Amino acid sequence: MTPLIAIENLDAYYGQAHILFGVNLEVGRGEVVALLGRNGAGKTTTLKSVMGLVANQRGTRRFDGRDVSRLPPYRLAQLGLGYVPEERRIFTELTVMENLEVGRQPARDNLTPWTPERLFEMFPNLAEMRDRPGGRMSGGEQQMLTIARTLMGNPSAILLDEPSEGLAPVIVEQMARSIAALKAEGLTVLLSEQNLYFARELSDRAYVIESGRIRYEGSMAELAADESLRQAYLTV
Amino acid sequence: MDLSFVVVQFLTGLASASNLFLIACGLTIIFGVTRIVNFAHGSFYMLGAYMAYTLVGPLMSALGGVVGFWGAVLLAACAVGLVGVAMEVLLLRRIYRAHELFQLLATFGVVLVMQDLVVVIWGPEELLGPRAPGISGSIEIMGQRFPEYEAVMILAGPAVLGLLWLLFHRTRWGTLVRAATQDREMVGALGVNQGLLFTGVLFLGAFLAGLAGALQLPREPANPFMDFNIIAEAFVVTVIGGMGNVLGAFLAAFIIAELQAFGILIFPKITLVLIFLVMAVVLVIRPWGLLGKPEAPSGHGFATDRPLRPLSGKGQLAIALLLAGLLALPLVVDDYGLNLAIEVLVFALFAFSLNFIMGNGGMVSFGHAAYFGLGAYGAALTVKHLGAPMELAILAAPVAAAAGGLLFGWFVVRLSGVYLAMLTLAFAQIVWSIAFQWWEVTGGDNGLIGIWPSSWASGRLVYYYLTLIICGAAIAVLWRAVFAPFGYTLRAGRDSPLRTDAIGIDLRRHQWLGFAFAGTAAGIAGGVFVFSKGNVDPGVLSIPTSVDGLVMVLLGGIQTLTGPLLGGAVFPLLEAYVMPLTDYWRAILGGVIIALVLAFPTGIVGFFDNRAHVASEAREP
Repeated sequence: MTPLIAIENLDAYYGQAHILFGVNLEVGRGEVVALLGRNGAGKTTTLKSVMGLVANQRGTRRFDGRDVSRLPPYRLAQLGLGYVPEERRIFTELTVMENLEVGRQPARDNLTPWTPERLFEMFPNLAEMRDRPGGRMSGGEQQMLTIARTLMGNPSAILLDEPSEGLAPVIVEQMARSIAALKAEGLTVLLSEQNLYFARELSDRAYVIESGRIRYEGSMAELAADESLRQAYLTV
Repeated sequence: MDLSFVVVQFLTGLASASNLFLIACGLTIIFGVTRIVNFAHGSFYMLGAYMAYTLVGPLMSALGGVVGFWGAVLLAACAVGLVGVAMEVLLLRRIYRAHELFQLLATFGVVLVMQDLVVVIWGPEELLGPRAPGISGSIEIMGQRFPEYEAVMILAGPAVLGLLWLLFHRTRWGTLVRAATQDREMVGALGVNQGLLFTGVLFLGAFLAGLAGALQLPREPANPFMDFNIIAEAFVVTVIGGMGNVLGAFLAAFIIAELQAFGILIFPKITLVLIFLVMAVVLVIRPWGLLGKPEAPSGHGFATDRPLRPLSGKGQLAIALLLAGLLALPLVVDDYGLNLAIEVLVFALFAFSLNFIMGNGGMVSFGHAAYFGLGAYGAALTVKHLGAPMELAILAAPVAAAAGGLLFGWFVVRLSGVYLAMLTLAFAQIVWSIAFQWWEVTGGDNGLIGIWPSSWASGRLVYYYLTLIICGAAIAVLWRAVFAPFGYTLRAGRDSPLRTDAIGIDLRRHQWLGFAFAGTAAGIAGGVFVFSKGNVDPGVLSIPTSVDGLVMVLLGGIQTLTGPLLGGAVFPLLEAYVMPLTDYWRAILGGVIIALVLAFPTGIVGFFDNRAHVASEAREP
């Protein structure tokens, strides 16, 4: 079966700084795949490049078998690839409902379409603040809103950039439950993380990236068992 | 002054406020979403008036007075909206990734083209439109007559504000626009076609400007100066309100219009200065305008991966050859050529000094003409009112410019980005207004004449060498400063203000001194300029002079040192050789600017520099 997301020989640059070197990566339909690595290893740049958000990048990107290397980000989003940025990038002037409206895209035939009501079931906190401007929400609430906003586009896959970063442990747990629920719905997820324990619970497979190169590719269980691998690329 | 008069004056102010708001809100909406400061907005306004003039006659006879008149107004606004769409699709869309100054320059190119286009289509005469049928009379307010049309205009502002509020808060399109105002990349990543959104925003903004122009027709004849007369005020309103904020624009339009309505009664002498003074005060107290939000730090700087380097051996040789050529120039050219060469040297210094704060310091000045003009007027006034000889008066030029630079710079360096640029523009307009309105001292519009060099320097040959020495020395000093610790400090501040502060540098003080230093150099150029021409008028202080400076720097290449020199040198030559050949100098200049921005988004020298760099990299193993 063709993978839903496939990246071949991805190189990315900021100005003249070379950030990613020949990254290859695949995510199968329905899979949750973790992209692990330390701060500055290239996780965020990889996810941004998958979305086409890095101005200077080379390589082939396929989505659902189709070559999307030359498509602008908005076309990818319309095809069903959702992006949840690390910095959340909530529209602070807009209310929760308006933030969701910006993310809204037509339903896809094979999926139950997301509505604000369905999302409020998944993230009950948000239901109580429909008309609150995004700028007056806590970090955890904003993280939920940014995921909910992307889901409004009815994606078949999402790129989740460090969803646990900077959140209180209780919120991290809540986040993990939500992602597990999304997986159960059949959503494909590429998840970037520093937090191995968070990723281990959710992911089927893992890639480890360091200095812009993929250093490991394999099952999550194997990685979790391999002390030396973790020492080399993950522990601080 | 009795009460009824005050009330009527207040109402007149409200009517003007409506008009000003219509223009400024389009400007602010366009800026909010596209981050482009649209110089051509005044042209949209002017075009609205002309289109309405053309449409109103046929429509009124075909559809009857009332329907025809308002139909013509709306149709004119729609037509201008389509012009805005054309500008977005043909021009802006290609340069969204370019530096914001290039975008600004491109819209200024559109201004120049439109000015000539309007004269070609409608002729240079003022065209008076008909009065609005049905509301051409007047009503009585406290015993004073007040035109009905003005009363309708008063309502137009709040009505448009209300409609815009509904559009932005009750439609999906409006929600997307508000989201894009904050983070357009994220809106794109959520599946929204930014291109369509931007095209729509340009339509709306241009439509509103066109509407304002069409509504102005019964109050003021359509004329080819409407664009420049309105654009400075529209900028002021937008900036005072907070760029991108529609409600802010509404408040600011009210403040400015009432200030003008009453200012003309109380301080008739300084009406022009007044609005810029208010803007300066507002920006000093609230650096992002009344309702604006701090700008997210974006790539404002001109940092490149290849920092400036002192001249190599080859470069020094080139400079020596150039100098030798300049010394030998009088052997091959006549007095006309020498005059031209003097101008070339003067503007090379002017452009180089502008680039010292812009390329080197990261502070974009829209008002560098102020310091050039202060130098010119400083020297001229010393001659006229103190009877000083040239030797003394020419020293007054840098002194006057330095004083202006220190005074204005103190405020300017407290801002950043577009607001900084707008404040420099405001200060330049203040100086311009003083020169224009303080008739007794400055000669007003006519300026000062008979400012000639002392007899020993009055020959063109001697004056050419004098210019070469003065301008050459000033450029050399600036060049030296670029590679002094002072220059490195300014570039550090340009690339990372926080880090510069954090390592213990008082950045603001350095920027302040840098601003005054560049102003002083521009003043020297102004002083040399005035004695070469023999006269000075407010034109040297005007927006077009400041923009000329920007054109020279940007088209030369802002990341380089030689680029601005080249730009400053080529510009007067183009003016001298192309202008006499054509009646459409502005359109040609505008077209050239647009073409160059599209072709070389990094400037000409920057472009060849990059190519040379790529070539040399390719040769390396």
